[in-house]
Amino acid sequence: MPNLGIEVLFKGSNMARLLGGLWVSLRISLIAVGFSIGLGIPLGIVMTSKSPVIKVITRLYLEVVRIMPQMVLLFLVFFGTTRAFGWNLNAEVASVIVFSFWGCAEMADLVRGAFISIPKHQYESAKALGMNSFLVFSVIILPQTLRRLLPLSINLVTRMIKTTSLVMMIGVVEVLKVGQQIIEANRTSSPNAAFGVYGTVLLLYFIGCWPISMLSKYLEKKWNKS
Amino acid sequence: MSIIEIKNVTKTFDANKSSVHALSDVSLSVEEGEIFGVIGLSGAGKSTLVRCMNLLEKPTGGEVWVDGKNLMSLSEKELRLMRREIGMIFQHFNLLMQRNVLDNVCFPMEIAGVKKREAREKAMNYLKIVGLEEKAKAYPVQLSGGQKQRVAIARTLASNPRIILCDEATSALDPQTTGTILALLKQINKDYGITVVVITHEMRVVEEICDRVAVLNLGELAEIGPVEEVFRHPKSNAAKSLLLERKISQMGVNAADGI
Repeated sequence: MPNLGIEVLFKGSNMARLLGGLWVSLRISLIAVGFSIGLGIPLGIVMTSKSPVIKVITRLYLEVVRIMPQMVLLFLVFFGTTRAFGWNLNAEVASVIVFSFWGCAEMADLVRGAFISIPKHQYESAKALGMNSFLVFSVIILPQTLRRLLPLSINLVTRMIKTTSLVMMIGVVEVLKVGQQIIEANRTSSPNAAFGVYGTVLLLYFIGCWPISMLSKYLEKKWNKS
Repeated sequence: MSIIEIKNVTKTFDANKSSVHALSDVSLSVEEGEIFGVIGLSGAGKSTLVRCMNLLEKPTGGEVWVDGKNLMSLSEKELRLMRREIGMIFQHFNLLMQRNVLDNVCFPMEIAGVKKREAREKAMNYLKIVGLEEKAKAYPVQLSGGQKQRVAIARTLASNPRIILCDEATSALDPQTTGTILALLKQINKDYGITVVVITHEMRVVEEICDRVAVLNLGELAEIGPVEEVFRHPKSNAAKSLLLERKISQMGVNAADGI
């Protein structure tokens, strides 16, 4: 059997360091997810507006986020703002800003899509029962929207967690960077460490994302039961 | 006395610079206690017309009077109260999927502030009327299309309506189930004196339950009158072509039976 370099993980506090790195990744993405949901849902509701001004502005925002690679955004916020405005942003804060900026746009678009996918007769029958607009929205439309939103937003959350691997480019020491450091440090003693360490990193991402997928499956099942 | 009066109603939809006339200058009245049919091919404006009767669509011009009140002059709140007197059932049933049958029927009473126990008692009674009392604890997914429509009818009855509007209420159902739903509507009409307005593209529906019928064609009222008269002596081209279609489909059925 070839040497997979797994033994490196058990040297010193390497495993603990990797887990610490995973925590950094999850912390950044989960805080950003929090902002994305908190700001994205109201923004998505705003995006269903028929006003052309709102449409153009939100569309522009969404397109900017879609077109710009996340890495460019990270560089722009971390290095660019220091140069242009003299802000000395902490790398982790910069990452949270970029990921929230991205997640919020995508979340809002998902919310908008979920809302407009609710057929018109749902609004009509609710109104025909004599419900006021608030009741129509909160009892009829919102629950259906959330149910349609769930699988899509879970997909976004896992994408955000995975994409945090980019933040090492602005100096955040997250799980991938810790892995690289471990490989570098053991270059002479175990030259094959790359496979074992990166394999473990992969596993750690899986451990980070899998419970979220499971939660979504559980909720979907629960909501579809009745 | 006319319970619904549509006076010179026009409805125009604006769609990308061009405008579509869904209804142009339609006037008709529905008498209290009758079953009134509105028939037409798709795009004839019949769905728009029925939505004008409870102001789900606001007419661009003209007036809608229900039970002696001009709907367009009512405040938002008055209109909501008025809508409780105008029940509506839809092609898609639109039940609350998370609630069981009994709770679905209780729902309009809940909104209206009826006490829970009283609402439940009444709901069971309405379920008895539609013949579904043994399904009270079932959820909508466990019901067939016809049963779902029965629940929707019971739910409509729960707001104690004077009128029930049926928008293609049987279009998603097979012919047999359609028959039982139509019979139920007819019975409700007879027993409780509720005026029923039926929107459909199927001649058969009109034939089976309606007293009078209006034929709509491209947003205009082509013909109106008692069902036998319109069926026996159709004057408009629209009515003639609808009748012809009915004959052809009957012939198809007969031919299939013959084989």
